[in-house]
Amino acid sequence: MAEKLTLKDIAKKPDLLMPGHRLCAGCAAGTIVRLALKATRGPVILANATGCLEVATTIFPYSSWKVPWIHNAFENVAATASGIEAAFRAMKKANKGPLAKYEHIDVIAFAGDGGTYDIGFQALSGAFERGHDFLYILYDNEAYMNTGIQRSGGTPRCAWTTTSPAGKVIPGKREWKKPIARIAAEHEIPYVATASIAYPMDFVRKVRKGLEVEGPAFIHVLSPCTRGWRYPPEKTIKIAKLAVETCFFPLWEAEFKEGDIVYTLSSPSERIARKPELKKPIEEYLKLQGRFSHLFRPKKRDDLISEIQRWVDYEWKMILKRCGKL
Amino acid sequence: MQRNALLKLLKWLKISGVCKMEIKQILMGLNGDEAVAYAIKQVDPDVVAAYPITPQTIIVERFSEYVADGEVHTEFISVESEHSALSACVGAAAAGARAFTATAANGLALMWEILYIAASCRLPIVMAIVNRALSGPINIHPDHSDAMGARDSGWIQIFCENSQEAYDSTIQAWRIAEHPDVQLPVMVCLDGFVLGHTLENVMTLPDEVVKKFIGERKFVTVRNHFGKEVPFILDPENPITIGPLDLYDFYFEHKMQQIHAMENAPRVIEEVGKEYGKISGRTYGLVHPYKLEDAEIAIIGLGSTMGTAKIVVDRLREKGIKVGLLRIRSFRPFPAQQIIEHLKDKKVIGVLDRAASFGAYGGPLFNEVRNAFYDQDVKPLISNYIYGLGGRDMPPQRLMIIFEDLQKIMETKRIEKTVKYIGVRE
Repeated sequence: MAEKLTLKDIAKKPDLLMPGHRLCAGCAAGTIVRLALKATRGPVILANATGCLEVATTIFPYSSWKVPWIHNAFENVAATASGIEAAFRAMKKANKGPLAKYEHIDVIAFAGDGGTYDIGFQALSGAFERGHDFLYILYDNEAYMNTGIQRSGGTPRCAWTTTSPAGKVIPGKREWKKPIARIAAEHEIPYVATASIAYPMDFVRKVRKGLEVEGPAFIHVLSPCTRGWRYPPEKTIKIAKLAVETCFFPLWEAEFKEGDIVYTLSSPSERIARKPELKKPIEEYLKLQGRFSHLFRPKKRDDLISEIQRWVDYEWKMILKRCGKL
Repeated sequence: MQRNALLKLLKWLKISGVCKMEIKQILMGLNGDEAVAYAIKQVDPDVVAAYPITPQTIIVERFSEYVADGEVHTEFISVESEHSALSACVGAAAAGARAFTATAANGLALMWEILYIAASCRLPIVMAIVNRALSGPINIHPDHSDAMGARDSGWIQIFCENSQEAYDSTIQAWRIAEHPDVQLPVMVCLDGFVLGHTLENVMTLPDEVVKKFIGERKFVTVRNHFGKEVPFILDPENPITIGPLDLYDFYFEHKMQQIHAMENAPRVIEEVGKEYGKISGRTYGLVHPYKLEDAEIAIIGLGSTMGTAKIVVDRLREKGIKVGLLRIRSFRPFPAQQIIEHLKDKKVIGVLDRAASFGAYGGPLFNEVRNAFYDQDVKPLISNYIYGLGGRDMPPQRLMIIFEDLQKIMETKRIEKTVKYIGVRE
């Protein structure tokens, strides 16, 4: 494995996603992509599922991508990346074809929560099982934001969306968030991690690690969405950070080695594990976001807030256990 | 010295074409699926992505054996669905690979969305369709409902009469798909079971002849978003963006380019079919006439049934009845002009459809054929026969019923019922 990436390294590396794209002000997706591409090792090919990132970075005849990029459809980015990776392998094997000249190519798939948790899950699971050597980055804005904020398998409980409205009877989404990263890890693929743009070096290093392993890697990044989560654009990083500090979105890595899935807490979460008093109450995270406003107005719903807190605690405990901290 | 001089002379004769070297073909006993798999083995594509059921055929099983035995360099991706099979082919072909897949019936239906994307991305993927009935009710036997549903997806569709043609077309398909004036994916369609699972004699070309015929994949160039003319491929040295958002300001123009590509396809299909004839002795075109010259009655149709129909034509000819047939090899692009040329002076035409188009005025082929004749001042009477759904057999006797009906139409100069269903209990 190469030397640990430093801030200096990534500062020197030019951006591969160019300005001029039409992502919303305050959107985390652009930051996620720019940071991720800082970790690439050389030649890169990207595949992108249908979603915000795809529509906002390309509109014919414009493109923000400085690297080869393909969008196929919504649910098949993992299969598309499988094809790219297999094509490269075949060309290397035969030592002919246009990609045979490259020593290696970093194949990265970007997809949102809809394209990963829901409609794209089958293709993703299949690609993991087959062991294709590519990195899948899930930027999770917790709903179908591109089409106007509809709930997905990644939407947290009680969040308002246009298909899980906060009504008189039902207070937003009724289900919990699917534990997608843990499900990915259970595929026994070489590398799975969760990451946050509030901790950029941690994220970039994880991307590098995901690219370096042989076989599939999966990184789940929380992607706060100013439009869908209903908060002012300047609060994106703050909210991303609170998600980690409240343990709503703990940061960890899972490596499959020697017949075991080895979970490790990443330092921002590790700190909390060491000093539990650092763990902030979930209310701090919820109250900043308009999608949870019905938990605070017209009447504060302590029952629901504590229910969410309980879920966060359970999930955190589960991760601590897996990381050998309990 | 003398021997050297002789060799030199032989070489000169060979190069100059004075003495044409005969290509030695090998006769093999193959069913249609195996014929396709064998052709693909000789093509040795970079990537084959396929799903084994819903339903698949022997094609990928045979091909897997070639992979397992190291006879090809192909990366075989055992995907988890047909949707992913074609999706992976899109990724692979965009990365510059030759990509192949095969499917049938519901598997093709599951690919639906990606059929259009593969065509609009102008990716020269080749896919064998072993034509089978679509569910429901669930059925695995031959009809054309699968391919007919995909007729507007932007793929070239070649329908084969026998396993020999399945082999030959699977080789030609690459040349058609990758032609710079075409750059479209190609479906090679062969009837399930009747061809797919039936052993036939197939003449096969030597590997090196096939390899030479298809050559290396060449790339068209496009101007990328940096204003640079670059090959149309995902190459880190020359980045391009494939599959961008494309709204009302350019989508229509891109559809026009697809339309033009399809307009170029007939010429290319014929050129490739002729060139293939030179190396194999088997020439292919858009349509294949049989005993049509002086025919008064003709049937027109697709696939293996037209092979059976030739026997029926022969029998009727023996009786002195002037019948013939026109087999449509290329359904997309639809060879309207060629059909008119071949059939305009016939008195009666029977169009055979092995697919139902519910609520439509006749089957899909019938609609196209009759439409083609609309502007002709003198045109034949055209009647439609829908047959063989879900694998209902089409023996010579049933074809005879059609010819008898056409004879009656010729005599009475009247079509009492435009659309008839053959071999069904009512």
